[in-house]
Amino acid sequence: MRTAEIAHLLKLEWQLDRRQKHAWGSMALYVVSTIYVCYQGVRHLFDIPIWNALFWIILLFAAFNALGRSFQRENTGRQLYLYTLASPRSVVLARTIYNGITMGVLSLLSLGAYALFIGSSPMNDARLDIFLLVVIVGGIGFALVLTLISALAARAGNGVGLMAILGFPIVLPMLLSVMKASKLALDGLGWDITGKYVLWLVLIDLITVALAWLLFPYLWRD
Amino acid sequence: MKGWWWKLLSVVLLLYVVIVGLGTPLGPALVHASIDRIAPGPISLEATGYNTHFAANTPEVWLENDGQRVCATDVKVLSDVQFSADFNVPEGFRTNLTSLWAWDAADGQVVLREAFFTQGLGTGIAQDDCVVSDAARTSFAFPNRSILNETIRNLFFHVPMWFTMMVLMTIAFWQSLLVLRSGDLVADGKALSAVDVSLLFAALGLITGSIWARATWGGWWTSDPKLNGAAVTVLIYAAYLILRGSVPDPHKRARLAAIYNIFAYVLMMVFIMVLPRLTDSLHPGSGGNPAFNQYDLDSTLRAVFYPAVMGWILLGIWAYTLHQRTARLRSIYDEANDR
Repeated sequence: MRTAEIAHLLKLEWQLDRRQKHAWGSMALYVVSTIYVCYQGVRHLFDIPIWNALFWIILLFAAFNALGRSFQRENTGRQLYLYTLASPRSVVLARTIYNGITMGVLSLLSLGAYALFIGSSPMNDARLDIFLLVVIVGGIGFALVLTLISALAARAGNGVGLMAILGFPIVLPMLLSVMKASKLALDGLGWDITGKYVLWLVLIDLITVALAWLLFPYLWRD
Repeated sequence: MKGWWWKLLSVVLLLYVVIVGLGTPLGPALVHASIDRIAPGPISLEATGYNTHFAANTPEVWLENDGQRVCATDVKVLSDVQFSADFNVPEGFRTNLTSLWAWDAADGQVVLREAFFTQGLGTGIAQDDCVVSDAARTSFAFPNRSILNETIRNLFFHVPMWFTMMVLMTIAFWQSLLVLRSGDLVADGKALSAVDVSLLFAALGLITGSIWARATWGGWWTSDPKLNGAAVTVLIYAAYLILRGSVPDPHKRARLAAIYNIFAYVLMMVFIMVLPRLTDSLHPGSGGNPAFNQYDLDSTLRAVFYPAVMGWILLGIWAYTLHQRTARLRSIYDEANDR
């Protein structure tokens, strides 16, 4: 029953986004124009640590931009209507999953654009399978952490500014470990070394989802 | 009045910590030798000690290389902290680093490890009959470690600050859970007070840590998982205060702040506990670096460290109760005066 509810809510999210195509467009444009600005500044980067750090910083800001609107696009009336139909936990799970998928796709697209403009030479010696996995898990992780923060900021009625203040310190640990893991993967190190970082990222993701699931009903109640 | 004994206890403990922690001398050590390389043949050197008592007890002095000893042919005491020694260095030491040792009745054995780069290596020297004393010193003193030196006393201040901060944040976490369960505004006030006081202890922890880092590592701040954890913690709770400031309605504010506090606390704990163990770190207790308690924290340090932890935590809780009571009285006063 609950899974059916979540599936319906996922479908709702999908349809809402299909109707407002500018949402996707704005996300993609944000990433591409950020990368293009960086390209104007640095041209090609060959240094692995800097290439890696710049990529994650761009992705982090893209995540803030993409998820800031997650709980703000609906007006209060529709939100209220939604909450009378579905349980709040289903709402937050559906939205977390949806945001996770969106950010997973967005991070791969960003990587493509980034490699195109800033250069792909740092990926030459990389363990690409691990690196791509880290990029996807990291992107999803940003989405999971920021979904609850986005809801909180929307609830406090203080939009994207508050979201950045609340979100940065919480996302920072994840950013540090994801940077480290992807740096190791770019250096061509195998599972025996990178594995524990990936495991740790997955662990944070799971804890975050569990917390969101536990806390969201209190957030929703007025 | 019942229930104030622990406040008295914290004061007594902290007085003890300040007096004993700052008053106990550091143990004796050798800190400097006038030369830094030795070659086969007669040599003469001057050595400097710290908190040693050479004047009253002429030391036995010897060189040691890979377990093989050469005793000094002559030792002259210059002062309590200085002696000069003559050696006849034989040919054939096995490794290229030789240590300088000394022993006297008051100080026990003191050593300057890997003091001399050694020339004329071979397959070992013919061991002469150099017999040395090893009776330990009996005075109460803190261990004298190179690099740490006198800053080892900071252990009683820096480390308990973080423990106290953690305890207060756990109190705030608990009060936030109560807020979510009952919507109780008093619990919300308690959570806020605990966060306020814990930020004070975080600031003290950062200051004492920064000074310590400057003295031992050479920089006020290094990029290090433990330090990043501390910075993230302070940022999270600063964000908590900003979140509170941006919601005018008290009930909504209590709930939103509680949700953020719980979310942040759990993630922060996971981060602080796990991440330093994943990466390299200069900081004790992480990345393969031993914490103090593995071999550095000997019984003399323990005798002050444990009371210090206890005393600071109790003081932190005391400050928290005071802060929370004044905040409550102020809100009652404001209500009564219709502000």
